[in-house]
Formats: sequence, C-alpha cells, structure tokens
Amino acid sequence: MKSTLVQQNLSTDQNITIKEKSRIRQTLSSLNKYKALYFISIPGILYFLIFKYVPLMGSVIAFKDYNIFAGIWDSAWVGLKHFQALFQNPDSIRVLKNTLLLSFYDILIFPAPLILALLLNELRLVLYKRFIQTIVYMPHFLSWVIISGLFIGILSPTTGIVNKLIEWLGHESIYFMGSEDFIRPILVLTYLWQSVGWGTIIYLAALAGVNPELYEAAKVDGANRLQQILNVTLPAILPTFSILFLLHIGHFLDFGFERVYVFLNPLNQANGDILDTYIYEVGLRNAQYSFTTAIGLFKSVVSLVLLVLANFVSKKVSGNSLY
Amino acid sequence: MKYSTSFRSKIFDICNVLFLASLALTMLLPLISVFAKSFSGSNAIAKGEVFFWPVEFTLINYEYVFHDASIWRAFLVSLVVTVGGTFINLLATTSLAYPLSRPEYKGKKIILFMVLFTMIFSAPLIPSYLVVKNFGMVDTLWALIIPSMISAFNFFVMRSFFLNIPSTLIDAARIDGLGELGILFRIVLPLSKPVLATIGIFYGVSHWNSYQTALYYLNDPKLYPLQVKLRQMIVNDEMSVESNSVYSTIALNSPEGIQMATVVIATLPILLLYPFLQKHFVKGTMIGSIKE
Repeated sequence: MKSTLVQQNLSTDQNITIKEKSRIRQTLSSLNKYKALYFISIPGILYFLIFKYVPLMGSVIAFKDYNIFAGIWDSAWVGLKHFQALFQNPDSIRVLKNTLLLSFYDILIFPAPLILALLLNELRLVLYKRFIQTIVYMPHFLSWVIISGLFIGILSPTTGIVNKLIEWLGHESIYFMGSEDFIRPILVLTYLWQSVGWGTIIYLAALAGVNPELYEAAKVDGANRLQQILNVTLPAILPTFSILFLLHIGHFLDFGFERVYVFLNPLNQANGDILDTYIYEVGLRNAQYSFTTAIGLFKSVVSLVLLVLANFVSKKVSGNSLY
Repeated sequence: MKYSTSFRSKIFDICNVLFLASLALTMLLPLISVFAKSFSGSNAIAKGEVFFWPVEFTLINYEYVFHDASIWRAFLVSLVVTVGGTFINLLATTSLAYPLSRPEYKGKKIILFMVLFTMIFSAPLIPSYLVVKNFGMVDTLWALIIPSMISAFNFFVMRSFFLNIPSTLIDAARIDGLGELGILFRIVLPLSKPVLATIGIFYGVSHWNSYQTALYYLNDPKLYPLQVKLRQMIVNDEMSVESNSVYSTIALNSPEGIQMATVVIATLPILLLYPFLQKHFVKGTMIGSIKE
C-alpha cells in the first residue's frame, strides 16, 4: 500500500517534470525557430534601453550634487534641495510662470484647427477646398529657424511690412522683437500660424466618416445649416477632439524648445524664457546639471500626472479614454 | 422663409470662401516676400520698398551664397545627416517593428510597453546629454543620428501597418521554404513600400529641419548643419568671407538679401518635394491617429 503510494507520487512527479520539460523544449524550439526575429530586434531594444532608460536612471542626479569627477553614483545625496530651489530661485519662478502662461494660451488656441476643419468642410467646391488645404498645410514643413526668419523680417522696425502699415496709419514703428511685451503673443501666434492647418487633418478624416444619411435626416427634420453643424457634425468629431485634447494635456509643460528658442533675444528673454530654454541655457551651457535635471524631472512628472488626471475626468464625463 | 435661409446660407458661403482665401494668403505671403527680397538689390531692401515683387532685380545675393564656403559646408552636412540618418532610422525602425508585429515573438508586451512609456514619460535633457557624451558622440555627426534613431510614434505607425499584412501570406511563404529574414525581405518589405515612404519622409523632414540636437551636441562650427548656420545669419548678420574680396562688400551692403537667399535655398528641397511630402505625411498622420 505504502509502496504503491510512493510509486504513484513518483510517477506524477515524473509526469510534471516531463510536462515542464516539454514546455521548456517547445519554448526553446520556438525561440530557435524564430531566432532571426529576436536577433534583428536587439539593436532597437538596446537603443531604447540605452538612450531612453539609462537617462531615466541617470535622473537620480536630481537628488544629488552631481560632480563630473565623482560621476553619477559617487556624487553626494542632497535630497530635494534642487526641487526646493526650483520654487525659491526668482529666475526659475519667472520661467515657470512664463511656461504656465504660454501653456494656457496654447490651450486657448487649441480649438482653432477644429474650427478651421468645420469651415473647410462647408466649402462646396472640392477643387478650392484642396487648394486651400495644400496651402495651409505648408507651414508645418518649414523649420522653426526659417519661420523665425520670416517673422523677424515681417516685424522688422525698418523694413517689415507690419511697421510699414503702422507708419502709413500715422503711428510710430514698433520694435516688436525687442520688447518683453510682445514676445508671448508672437510665440502663440507663430505657433497658430504653423500648426492650425496641419491640425485639421485628423478632424477632416473624422468628418469624412460621418454618415451622409444623418444630414439627410436632419434636413427632413427642417434643420438649417447651422443646426446641422451643431447637431450632426460637431457630435461626430467630439470624441476625436477629446482624445487630442488629452494628448495635448499630456504635453502641458513641454511644448517644444525650438519654437520658443528661435524667437528669444536678450531684449525679450525675460517674458519669453520657458523651462526648456532655461534648462538648455543654465544646464547645458552653464553646467548646473543637477538643478536642471530636477526641473526636467518635475516637468515629466507633472505631464504624467496631468495626463492620468485628464484621462480619468474624460472617462467619467464622456467615456472617451486613452487606455 | 425658405428664401431667407438659402440667402443667409449664400452669404455664409461667400464669407467662408473669402476668409479661407485670406488665411491662405497669410501663409503664402511671407514666403513670397522672402523670394522677392532674395532677388532684390540691397538699397531697395534697406529702404523697405520690397514686398511681394523683386525691386532692382539682381542675382548677387545668390552669387554670394554660392561663394560662401561655410554655407556650402552646412548644406552638405545637412544633406549627409538627412540621407544617412533617414536610412539608419528606417533600418532600425523596421527591424524592431517587424518582429514585434509577429505573433510568434514572445515577450512583446513588455517591449511594447517599454516603447510606449517613453512617449508618456521622457527623460530629462541633461542625463540624456551625459549618455551621448559618454559614448563620445559629442561633436560628431553621429550625435544627430543615433540618439534619435527610432521615434516611438513612427515605430507604432509602422508596426500597425505590418499587423495588417495577412498572416496567411506569411504562412504560405514559410511552407514554400523561406526563412524568417527571407519573408521579411522578399514578402513583407515589398508590400510595405507605402509605409516605408511615409516614415522615411517623416524622418527625412525632421532631420532636415532639426535645429535643437545640433545646438545641444555640436560645438565645432565646421559640423554645423544648415539650420544652425541660418540661425546664426539671422541673429548676427554674420557673414564669413575674407574681408577684401568683392563679396565682402556685398555682405556689408545686403545682409538681409543674403539671409533671404539662404532661406530660399534651405526651403527649396522641401518646397520642391512638397506635393509628394504632403500626400505621404497626411497618410502617415492618419494611420498614427487611428492606432492611438
């Protein structure tokens, strides 16, 4: 009796090991069979590990006083000193304020592509619509350096067309680029100029998917054009709008180094500096590595929190969610 | 009643057409003005007489640009980085996106999450700079290519395209005796020409227009790409011709004309390819947006 039990136990043990072995063997043979697939994926995986995840780990220098000679790991820990400095240093407070203000203005112009898409959608002549689309997409392909060149030329106090107009109206010309008062509107308007046309693409795609029968039904019910837009078109692209808005919120504090930096000069910097340009100037140029890493980390964390929060609210309110 | 709504609707149509036309003009006129200035004489530019048509027509600004070795060099650097970089981008993106589109690949969830996470939470600039520096890439053109080898967005666009290739096709090729790499090169890639073109253009345009990576990683003026050179010219009116040649007087007299000529040359490749670019960019943006 006892011996048979032992026997049985042994045999089930053996069964398990045999099953496990065969599973391992299957996995191994699958790995072996498709080894070319794994092999060619190695460079890409290494790329993400080295250039995205190693820097993420290297961000510990935000909690240290980084010393080039001691290296990342042997530099002394200082806790949250640099994060406190971010909120105490008058310079970084000014930059933070600029960043928040510009982000806020960016949110104000966020619906512009939606409105432009609605207007484009109302055009009846297909050829004219294509023509306008081709032109308004174009600024998206120009580099920010070139865009800054264009606008600095247009706003020039001596030869720019805007000041020619102002002089013609009998006022004195204004040095737009040399004043703190104009840099924020310039940054927002140039961004609008560059991105509004391109931003319509996704909305137009969503509009193309609207069932034409809905418009027919609305017409039968006596809806005029405005009512058709409000009751058919707008609800159809609202989900697209809210998803794009969520993505935008996720980039609340980082809206691009280039689009700001190319317009800055010593005369307008006070109101134009944002976190990214400040990180470049103070961190990279003046080697305050730990302090600016803390700023960068702060930025990334705020973005992540906002994204999760906005997603939660959107899910509750409208059922649209990123994940 | 019926008449009045259609009348109002007509008024709206006219306003809409006019509004969109003026919007398009605000996008076109700055470029036209750059062209006009690049062909204009220095006096006319300085007096502010040039708007949308060349005044005192001249080619001297372009002559200057063609004789300035540093502008040529910058142009060449941009060309090398754009062509070489785009090739490396495509190679790296494909060789990661294809395996991760195959159901046979074990552990793809972890890797996909790893890529996705970098889109949501980006590492700060300084630690990234230190990594590039430790690889000895600072002040080499590799710094403009390797640290941005795979864009997560383009990776997902490409992968979603590969996912749509019917797996029966791949099984058939396997039965016919093709190996995994044979399937990739002889079946999948020939089918993927549209997405390769789109992604290649995404990468190419971003290389050509890129300014900040060069600013971060290059200190040697000999390696400056065109955008950095252009930016210097816009900011400093900086011209770099030996002081007693004919061209130094042009540089002195017509800095804006020369700037504008350089802007034209930097924009020309993009404008020439524009119809092609637009088609593929629109397509790529749509694939990307559907997937997300």
